[in-house]
Amino acid sequence: MTDTTTNSQPRSVRRSRPVSSYLLRRPKLRLLALLALPMTWIIGVYIFSLFLLLITAFWNVDPFTSLVSPGFNLENFSLVLTNPSYIATSVRTLLIALTVTLVCIMFAVPLGIFMAKIARPWLRNTLAVAITLPLWAGYLVKIIAMRLVFTEEGFFNWAMSPIGVRGPGFSVPIVILTLTYLWFPYMALPVYTAIRQIPPNLFDASSDMGAKGFTTVWRVVIPLIVPAMIAGSVFTFSLSLGDYLAARFTGGATQMIGSIIAANINLNPPVAAAYSMVPITFVVIYLMVARRTGSLERM
Amino acid sequence: MALVELRDICKTFGSVKAADNVSNDNESGEFNTQLGPSGSGKTTVLRIIAGFEEPDSGTVRLNGVDITHLPPFDRDVNTVFQDYALFPHMTVQDNVEYGLRTRKVPKALRAQQAGEAIASVKLEHATDRLPHQLSGGQRQRIALARAMVLRPKVLLLDEPLGALDRQLREEMQVELKNIQRDAGITFIFVTHDQEEAMRMSDRIVIFNEGRVEQVGTPEEVYERPATRFVAGFLGAANIVAGDPARKIFGRTTTVSIRPERMQLQPVSYSAASGEFAVTATVKEAAFVGANTLYVVDTDDGVRLSISRTNTQSPGHDNRFAPGDRVLAVWHDRHIAEIPA
Repeated sequence: MTDTTTNSQPRSVRRSRPVSSYLLRRPKLRLLALLALPMTWIIGVYIFSLFLLLITAFWNVDPFTSLVSPGFNLENFSLVLTNPSYIATSVRTLLIALTVTLVCIMFAVPLGIFMAKIARPWLRNTLAVAITLPLWAGYLVKIIAMRLVFTEEGFFNWAMSPIGVRGPGFSVPIVILTLTYLWFPYMALPVYTAIRQIPPNLFDASSDMGAKGFTTVWRVVIPLIVPAMIAGSVFTFSLSLGDYLAARFTGGATQMIGSIIAANINLNPPVAAAYSMVPITFVVIYLMVARRTGSLERM
Repeated sequence: MALVELRDICKTFGSVKAADNVSNDNESGEFNTQLGPSGSGKTTVLRIIAGFEEPDSGTVRLNGVDITHLPPFDRDVNTVFQDYALFPHMTVQDNVEYGLRTRKVPKALRAQQAGEAIASVKLEHATDRLPHQLSGGQRQRIALARAMVLRPKVLLLDEPLGALDRQLREEMQVELKNIQRDAGITFIFVTHDQEEAMRMSDRIVIFNEGRVEQVGTPEEVYERPATRFVAGFLGAANIVAGDPARKIFGRTTTVSIRPERMQLQPVSYSAASGEFAVTATVKEAAFVGANTLYVVDTDDGVRLSISRTNTQSPGHDNRFAPGDRVLAVWHDRHIAEIPA
């Protein structure tokens, strides 16, 4: 046998790395280095500002000077929880957010099935781009676009005038449509991805056992994409709940929680703070329900 | 009339001819196997029978009725899939009830029938489990129960044992064969494993490059291969063509003879009647347990494989070593002539 070893020197120790070696033996310090930045963000900025908001909700505004004075009273909370117009707005906002979520699901599921199972690759890719494209445009741009379409002399009424149909004007349905337009990608993408991940054999198996298309969708596809629908709904629901510009520009007289908070933010910050606890509570409840289904682990 | 008749089935995927003029009859009550290497078209033909693919041309008849263009859900056939295709969100019971439910079988009846099907594959204790809580072998059984519970005229099985380990696969081979015999359902079974095909089948259809090479009982296709491909694919074979075939075997066609049908004898051996012999030199001798595999070169330069069963007690066997001069001996009736 010929000797093929090179003349490199055998080394048992590489050049030393003092920082790495030091950290290697101190797991707590390592953890601190890892979490320093994210924790500063979460605790310092996010939690802290929410905490300030909560505190402000217990303060009140002096009726004469209009200055905010610290203190502790529950008047703001009793106002937003008992005043009929606040309650109506809360309920309206909740229903709008739920409807937006449902409409998104109703659009996303058939589209996802078409893209994942029927469309040829070029069409699938085109649609995927088409779905994500609105995310590139500014949020306000999209709201204004919807406003232009549904305004009195807008595109919708013009296009529908030959058949004598007129749009509803700026109102709750248009707010729902606008919010659906804004948040649809957040539902469509996870749903499409989930449908693509269903093994093709399951579709074959279902039809092999006598199921037609609708039965397969209802009994096989929907149950398997529930986690994706819930993941998507966390976005569509909570983003709709907090929105106020859609209502402001496409809602006419429609008021959502956000509209009232926005209106009070300068006039009466404590009331705005108290009222902002309502959507936060809705979202927390929603997340707890979603967590029970085990779907959040897939996000 | 055969139960499943395939006539001139053609199917092309892009530029690949997956099925090229396939015609075949599957008789009622038989265990039919479609055997071939991967990409030979055996699975495509199965999927055409199931209705998952439509052939470009040709017809599929079930019980004399043309079903070529019927969707899968209108065919009286069911499939056991390669990776089982159990619904991951349904319990074993719900999986087995699925087909009964789509056929609107009343609830009590379908629970009973599904229960019987699950019991027939011995998984009564697992009815409430989800597929991911089952072992590979158990999933296989449930896939079988789910298809059998619908009592199809034909059960299609697409390499159902491929994912199982060797021991489990052999158990399932016996079990599948028993289930088929007891239920009297016609099976069309797809596999690439020759031994599995021969062990289970009443009839084997051998596929290669989209075409049917030969159809016959396991014995027929093994002993009388119709083509070179069949001879080489089903076990080992010495395939000799042209001049050497004429010189050594005295045939003008290509001939095939199995290694185990040839013997090695010392050069002093005198052939019995009907036996033929040629002198050769041992090139390799490999002991593989039950057999010793020899490779010899005849004086005409033809290489032959010869398998000897190790039947003698150790040390008393007639062994040969590389370099030994020997006689390669065969009986004329063991030669298969390959027409093509």
